[in-house]
Amino acid sequence: MESSFYLIQLLNGIQYGFLLFLLASGLTLIFGIMGIINLAHGAFYMIGAYLCYWLTGITGNLFTGILLAIPLSILFGYAVERLAISHLYNRDHLYQVLLTYALILIANELQSIFWGNDVHSVAIPEVLKGSIQLTDNQAYPIYRLFISSACIVLAILMYWVIQKTKLGMTIRAGASNREMVQALGININWLFAIVFSMGATLAALAGMLSAPVNSVYPGIGDNILIISFVVVVIGGIGSIKGAFIGALLIGLADTFGKVLLPEMASMVAYALMAAVLFWRPQGLFGKV
Amino acid sequence: MHTVTRPIIIFLCICLVLLLLFPAVGGPFYTELVTKIMILSIFTISLDLLIGFTGLVSFGHAAFFGIGAYLLAILFNEVEHINYWWSLTLTLSLTGLAALVIGWLSIRTSGIYFIMLTLAFAQMCFYFFFESPHFGGDDGIFLANKPEIKFGTHQLIDLENEHHYYYFVLAWLVGVYLFLSMILRAPFGHVLIAIKANEQRVRALGYSTPHYKLVSFVIAGTIAGLAGFLEAAHTSFVTPAYLGWHESGMAIMMVILGGMGTLFGPVIGTFIVVLLQDFLPNFTEHWKLIMGGIIIGVVLFLPNGIAGLIYSISNRFTSSQKEHGREHV
Repeated sequence: MESSFYLIQLLNGIQYGFLLFLLASGLTLIFGIMGIINLAHGAFYMIGAYLCYWLTGITGNLFTGILLAIPLSILFGYAVERLAISHLYNRDHLYQVLLTYALILIANELQSIFWGNDVHSVAIPEVLKGSIQLTDNQAYPIYRLFISSACIVLAILMYWVIQKTKLGMTIRAGASNREMVQALGININWLFAIVFSMGATLAALAGMLSAPVNSVYPGIGDNILIISFVVVVIGGIGSIKGAFIGALLIGLADTFGKVLLPEMASMVAYALMAAVLFWRPQGLFGKV
Repeated sequence: MHTVTRPIIIFLCICLVLLLLFPAVGGPFYTELVTKIMILSIFTISLDLLIGFTGLVSFGHAAFFGIGAYLLAILFNEVEHINYWWSLTLTLSLTGLAALVIGWLSIRTSGIYFIMLTLAFAQMCFYFFFESPHFGGDDGIFLANKPEIKFGTHQLIDLENEHHYYYFVLAWLVGVYLFLSMILRAPFGHVLIAIKANEQRVRALGYSTPHYKLVSFVIAGTIAGLAGFLEAAHTSFVTPAYLGWHESGMAIMMVILGGMGTLFGPVIGTFIVVLLQDFLPNFTEHWKLIMGGIIIGVVLFLPNGIAGLIYSISNRFTSSQKEHGREHV
């Protein structure tokens, strides 16, 4: 009983960590390549979750809902980059914080206009319903395993794009030396637009995948945004490897914190961050 | 940083006279609202010391406002006769201590790291009060009795009286303003302003910049704690929302809209934002949409805020005077 209970918590922690990785990897790339602090990243998570709820409701199936929501998220990320974020390059972080904060206010109000302020749930498709029986009274839901495997697939896909393709090569070059990439004749605006809408789509995907588990409600993006910041800070800004390790650390710390220290659960992640930064101010894999 | 020219001093004196006269004509509702705005102004001025003068973009400044408020409510919750000066001294020293710890950990970093770290520490404080069952949790906490300001046995100022409290807060606002303008004119303040302009050069001159930044952070945190103390003593009620990151975000908005790097700018910004927050919901339930639009407009078209506008007007005024004088010569 004891060991299977901890196994379930371990799986939950890893699954939460994978979801955080989807958010944090986009956030860290947007920081690292574009030099933009993007508070609106949580808004994309929220929009993903609501799009998933809306389109699943229309089509009656989660998979088609997600498949339809992905192109919408890409378009949305692209539009936000062109209309708002592109005015922020070479400006002080202060204005980036302020403008992306305004985007959160606007996104939250639009959500309340279009979808109202109720809590909605999203149905899990028949195939993924049910759970795996571990012992007599301990079971693990199949849908959570589906989230983890979807995240692993996405992570491998991202690894492939970034390490093996020409686009990925440009992105890596942009992360290490932006000016040099521009000097080599690569259209940096085009690269920024791609990186931003890619990050936005990853965040929206995290929202879509978690919608059936966490349900969909106003302000859903706000809390996860701050936790994703913590992940990025722990991992080191601009490092995808750091985001991966940081996300798993925070996912496990948060899950086990809720079990072992219920009164202080939400503080565990922040305490972990403080400890890491005390030891390495630039994060685990950050450059000085 | 701008020098305070004579037209600006005249402008500030007019504002002060208007504030002094306001309770006579404003009625109880607006007197109370302006009291709240002045308390928030103390908070945003302290944030401007970091953002506008030292170049430290703190996105967690609301934490110190909330800590100041909570300390008064927690430490003196059961006390029947709260001695104002004791409670203030204790609250401010503990808030300053919190700012010292958070500041010490945060100023080791800079840029985006600093923004995110201050944000994360503020969230940590938020959750501490939000989840803790001893301090009221998400319901917040009531303060049973208000502090008493006594001189011997005679009660000097009655904090229950709305007019007394208005002038009391106004006195604090003027006091904080004068204190900060004194600091900024001193050599210490010049170092802070130089750090904002070019930290590397200041370090090359032999100044230990982390110490200066830390002292600035602690001063700003303590003044934010003072604002929280005044607010808690005003409403007798503290909620975790005081520490939330939306508060920090709105405070940055107030500083930028009013004009950072001037001490009076944040006060103007606070007045405008709070009045809008009070006024817009009359028209639409979705007033935050308009607020977001205003913020975007400020970022794109008014990066120096309203104080920047005032300065450009007053500069035109003084320079035309100079030209006028030259004609006579």
